[in-house]
Amino acid sequence: MTTAHTEPLAYPFNEDEGLAMNQAYAAAREADGMIRVRMPFGEPAWLATRYADARLVLGEARFSRALATEHDEPRLSPEQRDTGILSMDPPDHTRLRTLVTKAFTVRRIEELRPRVRDLAGRLIDDLIALEPPVDLVENFALPLPVGVICELLGVPVEDRPRFRVWSDAALSTNSLTPEESMANREELRNYIRGLINAHRVTPANDLMTALIEAHDLRDRLSELELVDLCMAILVAGHETTASQIPNFVYALLERPERWAQLREDPALIPAAVEELLRFVPLGAAASFPRYAREDIKVGGVLVRAGEPVLVAVGAANLDALQFDTPEELRFDRKNNQHLGFGHGVHHCLGAPLARVELQEALRVLLAKLPNLSLAGDIVWKTAMIVRGPRTMPVRW
Amino acid sequence: MTWKARVDPTTCIASGICAAIAPEFFTLDGLHATVKAEDVEPDELLLDTADSCPTGAISVLDHGVEIGPRP
Repeated sequence: MTTAHTEPLAYPFNEDEGLAMNQAYAAAREADGMIRVRMPFGEPAWLATRYADARLVLGEARFSRALATEHDEPRLSPEQRDTGILSMDPPDHTRLRTLVTKAFTVRRIEELRPRVRDLAGRLIDDLIALEPPVDLVENFALPLPVGVICELLGVPVEDRPRFRVWSDAALSTNSLTPEESMANREELRNYIRGLINAHRVTPANDLMTALIEAHDLRDRLSELELVDLCMAILVAGHETTASQIPNFVYALLERPERWAQLREDPALIPAAVEELLRFVPLGAAASFPRYAREDIKVGGVLVRAGEPVLVAVGAANLDALQFDTPEELRFDRKNNQHLGFGHGVHHCLGAPLARVELQEALRVLLAKLPNLSLAGDIVWKTAMIVRGPRTMPVRW
Repeated sequence: MTWKARVDPTTCIASGICAAIAPEFFTLDGLHATVKAEDVEPDELLLDTADSCPTGAISVLDHGVEIGPRP
């Protein structure tokens, strides 16, 4: 019944290139209890792969992210990084999160939808003017979320080439030494500090100004928290969506009948986005382990206080106990409560924005490029926290 | 001197945030979150939780006046 004392399996299981799920996940899902894994760095951990176990660990106040800073956290890169708001527990986490939630509520984000649609349309019009093959990432998938988050946060979109480099490095897992990684973080921090100072001189109707007021006028967060929160929003605000747009296109083009179905019935797009969020495993590996505050039973295993659990949301999203025919991409699922945005207090802050961006991206692609197809080999990102094409040549 | 807390099941997306921030007030067992008791003692944590809900599905009322989520 218990698998506690066998040698941990080397982790991560998945290849960086492509979106496949290693079959070790299915084996782990079907095994009794939970399996033990060892990442390249840090202590061994439990791996939660079933839907119910994943939701329990992510949603339980008895599991902590903050405790990871006191342990040798399982991780992909040599240095143990402070992940800002993602290294916090309530109530500290709640204090910071409530400051930004307002900007990302479903209601506020819906107001942005026409502008997102507009930007998507303009990017495709520019793309069509080029001679195919054209890189869908550089010309569409990246500039769309970058343009939106820059406007929302108050970052000049012309600076994209600069923060693109820092953002890439922040999510990379092995291309930098610990010193380079620290230096990169400081450069990005200094860039953000410069923008904050500019906003103090000339306030604007954007999220950065709102956060500065929360610091300067209401003392709700420290200066470093202010800088790091802006940094986290900028990085998380585009890399994930910029990866999922081409990932979704890739998954749909591999199943031409699904692409055709959406083209004929665009009303299915919101359901399709939810299904793709379930179906496409974005993360290269389960990361950000949760530490048990006390002994707690998960999936038939007694996790001891102080032990870490890694949650493989991609595997949980393919759990047949939760989803019928989980390996099929279908747009008619009822109650599709996938874990694509995580679960619990760290449930993706930007989920409403990501949904609008992904829906509008698909809508404009289906309408303006109905005969979209791949026009060469995809170059995949490697050694990044998220998977996805670095370049994706297409024709139409 | 009590408040009322509610979760709108039609807008709740079961993100699990409320049940994790304030397990003494909210649970998530099924398809959407529910309040453990509608009548609650005033507690700022309720307002924080209402503020944290990504869909604004939680409302907190004081004598019928909505005080959370805060504007």
